[in-house]
Amino acid sequence: MSRIVEVRELRYVWEDGTEALRGVDFDLEAGETVALLGPNGSGKTTFALHLNGLLKPTQGTIKIDGLPVIERNLSQIRRKVGLVFQDSDNQLFMPTVLEDVAFAPMTSGLSPEASAEKAMDALRLVAMDHKANKAPWHLSAGEKKRVAIAGILASDPLLLVLDEPTTYLDPPGQRSLATLLSELPQAKILITHDMPFARMLTKEAVFFQDGQIAGRGPVDQLAAHFNW
Amino acid sequence: MRHARLELWSRGTSFAHRRHPAAKILVTLVFLIAISSLHPSQARAAIFYFVVLTALASAAKLPVPRVLLAAAVVLPFACVFALMSFFAGAPEKGIAIMVRSWLSALTTVLLMATTAQPDLLAGLEALRVPRFLVQVMQFLYRYLLVLIEEAGAMRAAAASRAGKASTLEFRRASAAAGVLFARSWGRANAIHQAMTARGFTGHIPRFRVLRITAADVWFVFGLVGPVLAVRLVLP
Amino acid sequence: MHIPDGYLSTRVWVITDLVAAPGIALLARRAQAKFNHHLIPLMGVMGAFVFAAQMINFPAGNGTSSHLVGAALLSCLLGPAAASIVMTAILATQALVFQDGGLLALGANIFNMAIAGVFAGYLPYAMFRGSRVGLFLAGFFSLMTAAVLALSELLISGVAMPPAMLSVSFAWFLVSAAIEGALTLAVAVALERIQPGCLRKPVAGGRAWAVSGLAAVLLSSAGWLFASDRPDGLESLALKAGISNRVTSLIASPFGDYQASFVANPRLAKSVAGLAGILVIYGLCMAISRAIGATRREGA
Repeated sequence: MSRIVEVRELRYVWEDGTEALRGVDFDLEAGETVALLGPNGSGKTTFALHLNGLLKPTQGTIKIDGLPVIERNLSQIRRKVGLVFQDSDNQLFMPTVLEDVAFAPMTSGLSPEASAEKAMDALRLVAMDHKANKAPWHLSAGEKKRVAIAGILASDPLLLVLDEPTTYLDPPGQRSLATLLSELPQAKILITHDMPFARMLTKEAVFFQDGQIAGRGPVDQLAAHFNW
Repeated sequence: MRHARLELWSRGTSFAHRRHPAAKILVTLVFLIAISSLHPSQARAAIFYFVVLTALASAAKLPVPRVLLAAAVVLPFACVFALMSFFAGAPEKGIAIMVRSWLSALTTVLLMATTAQPDLLAGLEALRVPRFLVQVMQFLYRYLLVLIEEAGAMRAAAASRAGKASTLEFRRASAAAGVLFARSWGRANAIHQAMTARGFTGHIPRFRVLRITAADVWFVFGLVGPVLAVRLVLP
Repeated sequence: MHIPDGYLSTRVWVITDLVAAPGIALLARRAQAKFNHHLIPLMGVMGAFVFAAQMINFPAGNGTSSHLVGAALLSCLLGPAAASIVMTAILATQALVFQDGGLLALGANIFNMAIAGVFAGYLPYAMFRGSRVGLFLAGFFSLMTAAVLALSELLISGVAMPPAMLSVSFAWFLVSAAIEGALTLAVAVALERIQPGCLRKPVAGGRAWAVSGLAAVLLSSAGWLFASDRPDGLESLALKAGISNRVTSLIASPFGDYQASFVANPRLAKSVAGLAGILVIYGLCMAISRAIGATRREGA
């Protein structure tokens, strides 16, 4: 197995001096899924934004698939790491589903035809190909989430990072999302407060507290230990 | 919602829907120019345009009465001007304004009802409208409904706490606008972040490839010719 | 305020379209050059924000309510060039999707609201260095300028209006402008409380530029109305402004032919010449203010 994520001594201080991350070490192997648990403001999302190079570490190193996350490698890193944000509306910024999913292939330099083909493949994976020509506001919350995931899959990532994917989803939507995610072969990092959802997808979790990783282990054990 | 209905119509597949958006914009402009210069005495030309526009709507398989009604949205405003003309002693000017503005609105409604919004923007770009402006329009249209929903929720929240005094109410309304702004600003940053995460570096690639066909050329000349001819020949 | 199609005479919509199109192209380039690339989503969302903010009703006394127009607020938030582009995007969307304002009249509406309205809003804001007075005046002048321009264009186009309506319109403009000023101020204050630093600090030292710019905008919009109301308005305006006969003849000469060949109605012809003259005056004012600004900067 190859190591997809390797984070060492990661520190991040916001402009106003708040310490968001205070020395985080984290590893993830290919195909693994891990849930990030912990209170609001404990640094989970800040950590996730670093994986894609959206934030620059104040200190420490991050490697994705052996490649250091530095300015020079960003376009490659961003293809390898797909972020799925909490509010799908912010992620689906193009006028139609197909154009949105084709956005990443297009920016990576593929022709419109090749990008459309890739986008259709990705949409088929999430069972949304029949909505390719719809505008985002014709979709339900669950459909938007699927399209957002397709938009990430279209650039053939190695790692999916999902921030609170079950927000706005009804229980059937949550179950079908869990099924979809469990069928995807990529490594996954799941930031969530939704424990049943986390249990459906993984046995392993990491607990964040005050910008540090306070524990790593089986979901149930961590939940019991931190009274979660 | 008005734009939802236009959007629904614009997803048709008739011959009019399939024409190049730039061709439709050009034809629209020619219609508008011909209509805008109609004189009160040129009733026959006005009737001709009405017949052509209605025929186009029906050929595009649009619900004609509802299209005519959608264009009537400009009539209340025109009525005010018609009344003013009447009191200023020039009633024929007032009637001309009503006819011209309704026919113009009908032309615009037809353009929008046969052209999906992304195609329309691509058409504008093909006609050399600055790409920067077109992209701002694209994002505006995309987030219009999202923000209107937020504003609606906020209005309900403000109404549920409404005070009696007008100044208090005024302050609450401005606070609501402030909150709406802060959310919009935050959303804009989140959108930019999501775009960056997917490789955006300042350039949105062109996805739509639109080609001008022989049918587009026929469409333009077939309509522009008669429209201008009627305008020039009829007294 | 949004002029629909069917109201403006050919000359008026052609001229305003010809002014607005290169103006917007220029401003688009300026706005694009000044900012980094997070501007496109930001400007689009700000346009949607103005749309949505118009849904919030503000009590305007006597049980009536009013809403924000937003040109002045945008110019304080984004600066004039970007605000012009956002307003243009809003106006185009309103014209296309909501039939609120015409397509041929889009040039006129852009000129009134997105160019003159935005700059008439930004200049007092810059002049008073972003103070509360500046914010109120921004909303006031922005709406007043746009409304006066729209009315003048309608009058020049020969829309019939009983004389009494004119004074009523003016009174109504004053009230609306005062409301827009109050709304701009109230919303800006609320914004500053929620998100300090979101209003753009106007560039320091631009006061001379701002004063003369504002004078130019007001002069041109007042003059426009003047020219429309009184066919010989331009001549008297030019005399009052102290422009020599040579300049007046220079302005008049290209339009002498125009008058003879195209325009049968002498009243209309003079109005057209009036419009062009006002544009020249406006340009002169801007050039003078530039010069003053430049010497100021060198002195400082």
